[in-house]
This record gives sequence, C-alpha cells and structure tokens, in this order.
Amino acid sequence: MNFKLKVWRQADHTSSGSFETYEANNVNANQSFMEVLDVVNDDLTKAGKEPIAFDHDCREGICGTCSCVINGEPHGPEDKVTSCQVYMRSFQDGETITVEPFRAKPFPILKDLVTDRSAFDKIIQAGGFISVNTGQAPDANALPIGRETAELAFDAAHCIGCGACVAACKNSSAMLFVSAKVTHLGLLPQGQPERNRRSLKMVEVMDAQGFGGCTNTGACEAVCPKGIPLEFISRLNRDYITASLMERPESE
Amino acid sequence: MILKRLFQSTIGKKILMAFTGVLLFGFVIIHMLGNWQVFAGAEALNDYAQLIQSKAFVLWGFRLGLLAVVALHLWAAITLTIANRAAAPEKYAESKTLGTTWASRSMTLSGCIVLGFIIFHLLHFTVRTVPGTPEYFQQDLKGRHDVYAMVVHAFQNPWLVGIYVVGVGLLSLHLSHGLQSMFRSLGWSDKRYLPLQMNLARIFAGLIFVGMSGVPLAIFFQLKDF
Ligand code: HEM
Ligand code: SF4
Ligand code: FES
Repeated sequence: MNFKLKVWRQADHTSSGSFETYEANNVNANQSFMEVLDVVNDDLTKAGKEPIAFDHDCREGICGTCSCVINGEPHGPEDKVTSCQVYMRSFQDGETITVEPFRAKPFPILKDLVTDRSAFDKIIQAGGFISVNTGQAPDANALPIGRETAELAFDAAHCIGCGACVAACKNSSAMLFVSAKVTHLGLLPQGQPERNRRSLKMVEVMDAQGFGGCTNTGACEAVCPKGIPLEFISRLNRDYITASLMERPESE
Repeated sequence: MILKRLFQSTIGKKILMAFTGVLLFGFVIIHMLGNWQVFAGAEALNDYAQLIQSKAFVLWGFRLGLLAVVALHLWAAITLTIANRAAAPEKYAESKTLGTTWASRSMTLSGCIVLGFIIFHLLHFTVRTVPGTPEYFQQDLKGRHDVYAMVVHAFQNPWLVGIYVVGVGLLSLHLSHGLQSMFRSLGWSDKRYLPLQMNLARIFAGLIFVGMSGVPLAIFFQLKDF
C-alpha cells in the first residue's frame, strides 16, 4: 500500500507549526501506524532531516503515551484502540492521512506530535490516591466487595490517562478522565476515607489547569480507547455535589 | 463552601445551569398551556390574561424571579462558554463530529438566538413597541385588554409567524440537548436511565415545538375560525 502522510511539524512550544507531507510507499497492510512513522523517520534521518517527534512507549495499548490525532480522530479510525494499535489495513490505499497532535490549551505542544500532558499528573496528585497502612499484605478476602461493584470499579480503572478525551472535546474538558479516577477509587472500600476530598480537590485542580467544562456532547466517550462511559461523568457530578454539601471549613 | 463551589467551579456552574434550566423549562410548559387558551376563544384567553395581570405584586414577583433565573442561566452560560473556548483555542485541520449532535455542539448559539427571540417577544406582546397596530391596545366588551384580538391580528403577518416558529424551533433544539444534559449535570444519570432521559428530552422538545408553533400557524392558516 502507498500513503501520503500530512504531518504537523512544530519545532518547539513557542514556534508556530505547519503541515508537511511525506510519502510512505510499499507499506504492508499489517504494519502498525507507528511502524510507518518509524520508517518515514528513518528516511528523514538518512536524508539528514529532522525526524518526526511522536509519543509512544509500550506500543501495546496499555500505557497511554501515544497521542496522535489521525484524520481528525484522537487515536485514529478504529474503535477502542490507542494510536499504537492502529494498523494500515484500516486505511484506503493511496489515502492522504492527516496526523496532528492533541490540541488543547492545558496540553501544550512540545514538538511536532508530542504534547505535555503533565496537567493530568497534577490532577492525580491532588486526589488520585488512597491511604493504605504499611505492613503485611492484607488477607485476600478480608475486604468483601460485591461483584458488580468490583466490575464497575474495574471498568473505571481501565483509564490509561492518555488524554484523548480532552483532545476530542470541543471544550478540552478533562471530565471523563477525572470521572474515571473518582469512580474507580470511590467505589472501593479503600477509597472511602478520601472520597469527598478527592472529588473536590481533583475538580479544583482540573479547573485550575485550564480544562474546560463538560457540555455532555459525548465526543470523549466516542474516542476513549478504554471505553470509559459517559455515565461516570454523571457519577462524578453526584460525588461532587455530595462532597460540597458535606464539606467542612478548612480549619477543622 | 458550597456556594463558592457552585459559583466558581465548572461543575458548580453546570449545576446552576441545569437547575435554572429546569425552572425555565417549567415556565415554558405553563406558558404553552396558557397559550392554548386561544383555541378556546376570546372569552377564555382574555379571562386568563386578566387573571394573570390582576395582582400586580404577584405578577411582578413572578417576573423578577424569572428574570433572576434567566440572569443566572445566562451568566453561567457566558462564563463557561468563555472558559471552554479558552481551553480549546486551536482547531484541528481535519475535524470530525465524533458522534456528537449539532444541538449539543451549538447550545450557546441556540441559547443566544432564544435570548434574542425572548427580547423580541417581550417587546412585541408585553411592552408592545414593535411597530404595530391599534388592535394591540384595544379593549374587549368587558373592558379587559383584548389579548385575543392582539394575538390573532399579529399572526396574520407571515413575518411574525416566521419569527415565532423559528424562535420556538431553536428553543426546542436547545431543550432537546438541555433536558438530557441536565440530568447528567445534576448527577442523576447512568446507563439504566440514559436512554429514557434522552427520549424524554426529545419528546418534550418536540411537544414544545408543536405546542408553541401551533398557535401562530393555526391562526395564520385559519385552521379554526379565529
Ligand atoms: C437566555 C438565553 C439562553 C442561553 C444563552 C442559554 C445557554 C445555554 C448553554 C450554553 C447551556 C449549556 C449547554 C451544555 O452544557 O450542554 C444551556 C443549558 C440548558 N438550557 Fe439554556 N440558554 C438559554 C435559555 C434557555 C431557556 C429559555 C431554557 C428553557 C426553557 C433553557 C434550558 C436549558 C436547559 C434545561 C439546559 C441544560 C442544563 C445542563 O446542561 O445541565 N435555556 N443553556
Ligand atoms: S478516559 Fe479514556 S480517553 Fe480519557 S484519559 Fe482515560 S483512557 Fe484516555
Ligand atoms: S504506546 Fe502505550 S498505549 Fe500506545
């Protein structure tokens, strides 16, 4: 297969970027999209040009590092996969594929397709944790958790923090990500002590980092590689309302 | 502090919008039921209008309350829209709708047009300063303001009919997303209820469109002897 790749090139955070078009010829249909970028980069390097900077790490869909917007869709055309799990068979032979970085104010572009998503780390630091006692590992069945609760918490725990939800949202809202964390930890007994503070603090930092508000359009759910459902946002709102009502003054 | 969170956080502002949105929705339903008096004839409509106007302090209390609700809804809409635009300043070269509806993406636009329509409507039938006719100030045989004559006269004009149909059309578009969004903003939605909530939103939006635009259309097309 042959493709044209229309790729966003930007030297650094402060400079303005533009698209460059590259050819990728004799591509195997079962090559991954990132392997094609690797091949294009080899050619660029051999020609003495700057290779395309793009984020990737595990390349098996579990780390959340890869972050391209392919043909207008964060993580590309396939349902519930990350960019590193996109294969060339998903495209038409001869197609021009547009590749852009995530575009959101809280995710500044560092170079080409690489964005700085440390705003998510700040949100996690604000409340995405639980307090556990050190010492012996607890007995496996000492904390009974109903199957349905465990399943729902596990669904939420699937979030890999990739930021595609933000990239897809017209408001660059991080609500799907935050809702996944709040749901995951808030459903389990280990997450209860910090439950109220967690939703308040995470939302506070989310707002402070410059993410927009949720208008329930559902674009986030459509692109999430881990199928985090919109209903978790409603759950976050519910937790947030409860926590605001129960909040005590800081001094206590 | 709950108030601080309500007025400062993105979630809090959406709660305010949802809450004021429900109140406005309730008002629209009552308003629509009131409008249907026109089908019962001059006596019924003028009587109803007289009843509403009779207690100045109830009337003004209601008007001021409604104004406050609109102001809150508008304030939250404007501040959130500004923040949302600031959060996403750069558009994609290639953009896809990603499963979203036009109604959900255009809430600010539909809301602004609805606001324009509300102002026009107030100038038209309440303040009565839209260039019009003596009929607007006429009294009926019992000395009441002849609302019936005013309305029937107004909707002989195709332009006015057009403005009202488009105005309530955008209102129902706004509500087709707003009414389902509201459940989620208030934290009262999950996958068991979501399909029901989406259908309710569409049904009520449709009902409001038919019920509201039905009055000017029925008068214009003489569906009944007005
Ligand atoms: C005065 C002009 C208006 C403006 C500028 C406006 C704007 C908006 C905006 C921007 C939203 C947020 C949309 C979202 O987050 O998805 C919204 C939501 C809503 N609006 Fe309005 N609106 C207006 C009038 C109305 C009226 C007259 C009604 C009811 C009859 C109404 C009912 C609602 C409802 C129920 C919501 C849902 C709240 C939520 O998402 O939680 N709005 N409006
Ligand atoms: S919710 Fe989905 S899209 Fe958003 S960060 Fe988590 S895995 Fe990525
Ligand atoms: S590189 Fe780890 S998820 Fe794509």
